[in-house]
Amino acid sequence: MSEYLYYPGCSLKGGSRHYEESILPVFKEIGMEMDEMEDWNCCGATAYFSVDDTMAAAINGRILSTAEKTGKDIMAPCAGCYLTIKKSNDYLKSKKGKSTKILGDLKNNGLEYKGTIAVKHPLEVLINDVGIDSIKKKVKTKLTGLKVACYYGCQLVRPYTDFDDPDYPVTLDNLMAAIGAEPVDYSAKTRCCGGSLTGTIEEVGLRLNYLLLKEAKRKGADVITTICPLCLFNLEITQRKIKKKYEDVRMPVLYFSQLMGLAFGIPKEDLGFSRSIIPLKTMWEKLENGGAK
Amino acid sequence: MEIQRKVKYEEELDSSFLEEIKAMSRCEEIDRCIQCGTCSSSCPMAVYMDHPPRKIMGMIKNGFKEETLKSFTIWLCPSCYTCQVRCPANIKITDVMYALKRKAIDEKIYPKKFAIPVLAKEMHKLIAKYGRNSELWLVLNMYLKSKNPLGLLKMAPMGIDLMKTGRMSLKKEKIKNRNQLKSLLNATKEDANE
Repeated sequence: MSEYLYYPGCSLKGGSRHYEESILPVFKEIGMEMDEMEDWNCCGATAYFSVDDTMAAAINGRILSTAEKTGKDIMAPCAGCYLTIKKSNDYLKSKKGKSTKILGDLKNNGLEYKGTIAVKHPLEVLINDVGIDSIKKKVKTKLTGLKVACYYGCQLVRPYTDFDDPDYPVTLDNLMAAIGAEPVDYSAKTRCCGGSLTGTIEEVGLRLNYLLLKEAKRKGADVITTICPLCLFNLEITQRKIKKKYEDVRMPVLYFSQLMGLAFGIPKEDLGFSRSIIPLKTMWEKLENGGAK
Repeated sequence: MEIQRKVKYEEELDSSFLEEIKAMSRCEEIDRCIQCGTCSSSCPMAVYMDHPPRKIMGMIKNGFKEETLKSFTIWLCPSCYTCQVRCPANIKITDVMYALKRKAIDEKIYPKKFAIPVLAKEMHKLIAKYGRNSELWLVLNMYLKSKNPLGLLKMAPMGIDLMKTGRMSLKKEKIKNRNQLKSLLNATKEDANE
């Protein structure tokens, strides 16, 4: 099994700290303790590619070079960071455009990058490195009775990855089934949440997230689980206004790692559940009737 | 009513635009577009666009430079890559949209107070200076620069939710080796200008 270096990105240290609070204990439980990357810089997300793609590749080169010095591959839980670093990695290794020049600039600044690093998302590591069978063995309390809509969003499954299908991925559904929860057939699983547009054009944010929440409700889900900080943020933050504008489709939105931690028997107080903006009362009641306390 | 010609003649179009965007997006396939419309029907934002992606591809191919760069479409693309993975002609549509955003910024014909390009530019500035993004400061800068204090006020309930759950930080995040980052970015700036 490869060793990984944890790359948090801005979200896991900011508005999505419950992602960090749950993903690290889950990996610890599996026996994969991870160091955080030393002096990491931001990946630039979609913004940098919109302004200057040479600089975008350079700042990601700094991240890749830092990882290469430790000999460990990168694990990036934020789907935006994952795509951005992976896309830049492909470009830097391609010898196309300005990539060779950028590698030269990196080297001149003490950041030589030979191109040996792989970028992985924790879901990919859990499915391919750890494996569903090993995960099942770690489960102490199955999340029996909990109906989950697995929301993958866009950046994890398109277009630079090959570990799952870009339109109808299943890995997260399989993972949720492995911990005893019941994944619903969520047809909106890769439909767009609006990304940063949700913060810039309200009409768009409310409409797109309404469609996602409505579909989860229609399929009988108790919660939505996701792998992306911006998806989680948009799905939570728009619910109040969606209720006013459309209808009440309120539903908790949680990281997959929070649900995994719960099944692994990690105390729920240590998994960042108190950071949920949407009340979790119904979910806890359901779990008491089913499996986990 | 003044009668005006609604169709551009060929000599009024920019014949170099296609090649320019091909190079900027590193996508050679743009002129292989068969106008099937898979992109427009896949796009979650098409209903808000002045020119849906299919039309944009046709406009680039035929040199409608001004119309393309002035279009809101390029700023409404959330880069979800749905069109890109489905395109039967293998056109990297999302990457083309990114190239159009950069071109519109370079040529200063983007909507100045429109929040989306402002957000992109502010995030770019924050990271170039500090090496890290700070969510709260990014949002504050965006509202100030897009001159939309009312928008900021409307965000207050959200701010309270985030504060209550301990998810808002006032701290400005910084990396230690900012000199290295600065020197790296200066070097790449020279490359970009070459």
